[in-house]
Amino acid sequence: MPATQTYRRLYVWEMPVRLYHWLNALAITVLGVTGYLIGRPFTVGYAQEASFQYWFGTVRFLHFMAGYVFLFNMLVRTYWGFVGNRFASWDKFIPLNRQAWRDIVEVLRIDILQTRGTGPIHIGHNRLAGLIYFVTFFIFMFQGLTGFALYGPMSHSVFGNLAAWVVPLMGSEAVVRQWHHAMLWFYVLFTLVHVYLVFYHDYVEGRGTTSSMVGGWKFEREDRLDD
Amino acid sequence: MPRAGNSLWEVMREKGYSRRDFMQFCTFAATAAGLGTSASAAVAKAFEKKDRPPVLWLHFQECTCCSESFIRASHPMVADVLLDAISLDYDETLQAAAGHQAEKCKADVMKAYAGKYILLVEGSVPTKENGVFCMIGGRTAEDILKEAAAGAAAIVAWGNCASYGCVQAAKPNPTGATAIQKLVNKPVINVPGCPPIADVMVAIVTHILMFGRMPELDSQGRPKEFYSRRVHDTCYRRPYYDAGLFVEAFDDDNARKGYCLYKMGCRGPLTYNACAVVKWNGGTSYPIQSGHGCLGCSENGFWDNGPFYRHLPAFPGFGIESTADTVGLTLGAAAAVGVAAHAVSTNIRKRKLIHDQVVEAVKDTPDSKEVE
Repeated sequence: MPATQTYRRLYVWEMPVRLYHWLNALAITVLGVTGYLIGRPFTVGYAQEASFQYWFGTVRFLHFMAGYVFLFNMLVRTYWGFVGNRFASWDKFIPLNRQAWRDIVEVLRIDILQTRGTGPIHIGHNRLAGLIYFVTFFIFMFQGLTGFALYGPMSHSVFGNLAAWVVPLMGSEAVVRQWHHAMLWFYVLFTLVHVYLVFYHDYVEGRGTTSSMVGGWKFEREDRLDD
Repeated sequence: MPRAGNSLWEVMREKGYSRRDFMQFCTFAATAAGLGTSASAAVAKAFEKKDRPPVLWLHFQECTCCSESFIRASHPMVADVLLDAISLDYDETLQAAAGHQAEKCKADVMKAYAGKYILLVEGSVPTKENGVFCMIGGRTAEDILKEAAAGAAAIVAWGNCASYGCVQAAKPNPTGATAIQKLVNKPVINVPGCPPIADVMVAIVTHILMFGRMPELDSQGRPKEFYSRRVHDTCYRRPYYDAGLFVEAFDDDNARKGYCLYKMGCRGPLTYNACAVVKWNGGTSYPIQSGHGCLGCSENGFWDNGPFYRHLPAFPGFGIESTADTVGLTLGAAAAVGVAAHAVSTNIRKRKLIHDQVVEAVKDTPDSKEVE
């Protein structure tokens, strides 16, 4: 390993991808916090009459608003998966060939057994991350559908009506609410592991993984770039 | 057998009611069915001219609370007259006939009024073990239901049992209790509730009688006039909910002040019913008004979404005390421990990485002293 390495700066995450990422992070944080509060409201000052305060209504409003941001943000990102650069492309999320699965095993070795990577380095998402995000999109969809199904009856929203079939499918609103609430914890777990792994990879690889979501650039050793 | 050619007006006149009483009844019936007083003329016309359709009321796996509710319809006249008016030809709990006589009466009606009678069903139907869990006159409930449903002009499922299966269908549903709509190939009017509100029951029968057709139903087969809004949306305690003022314990000051029962497990936000509008026992009260949360008794599977006195239901497979939060928190803690352990081992590895790099640097530099 020579001491002086030439690193190339690669523009990986385009603006819409980064914007999606941070809007999504913000929306999920708001949704998570307000959602938890809706499930478990805490006691605020009881000195005032009901007509002078509206805090729970505000919490719910924020939840619904963040839900809309989340939905449209997701739709834009889906679109970008077809028109964006190769790192943003939809096929980075689905392991369609054997090489992709081999890469996943390799990443698991690096992440869990902490071996040093030998195979080709991933510039965009690594294949495992891509797959996890793909699963995450389904959870996003589930949360969106159950959320709007619960929201529908209290609004005239088209989106609520579009999800109206979810309630009879799952049995009753109680069941929908149960799973909508339970999936909050998926986000908690996801965020925990996601943030940690970003730091981990940056920590041991030093390729600017963390800052790449801010500026869009990643750094890669010239000798490891084969395309 | 119903007395042929007897309209409701004729029956009432026989019983000594005046024309004025009759018109009053028609006005009330129109209002009860959500039509407004302007429709009372049409109602009067229907009740004057139309033959009373025979009604069969079947009882299967149930507790008779629907019948109990029905006979307590708040306007006594409605209950009295409708019991006479609808020509109730078969009802195990209310009929005078018994045994073979009763069964014959039902068979006669089904034959003579094929395609015209109204079928009211109370209770769920067991389907496991060939339906032996509910037998009447040597026949299974399923058999009786299918025979009666075949010639019915309209089928009404009374209560949560007939609509969704209620407590009999709660996990593990030992008898295979099944909702009526899943067993018959005809549209069923679901009137869920445990029991349904008396005035709602009467109004639905009135609607069918008056118009000769079903009321408008929602996607779950419930009449929209009574089941289109949540108890929560019509609850007089709703402002406390929006203000975030909640009862924390049934004996606290907030309970005395009548704050929202959301945290006490009130199912109002998930329950579609007219309790807060029509109310019970002649418009006297309804559960929340009496300081108790809604149990969601008109919702599908409400027994399986307990405990009743907690907002979050038990998480399936993790015992009655667990909620999604307990399970999630445990998983979160496990992940945090995993991450921490991983971080420790990463740091040990990173030391080696830095060390290697320094050694390499030393090796590569012409004058090794400069590096040190």
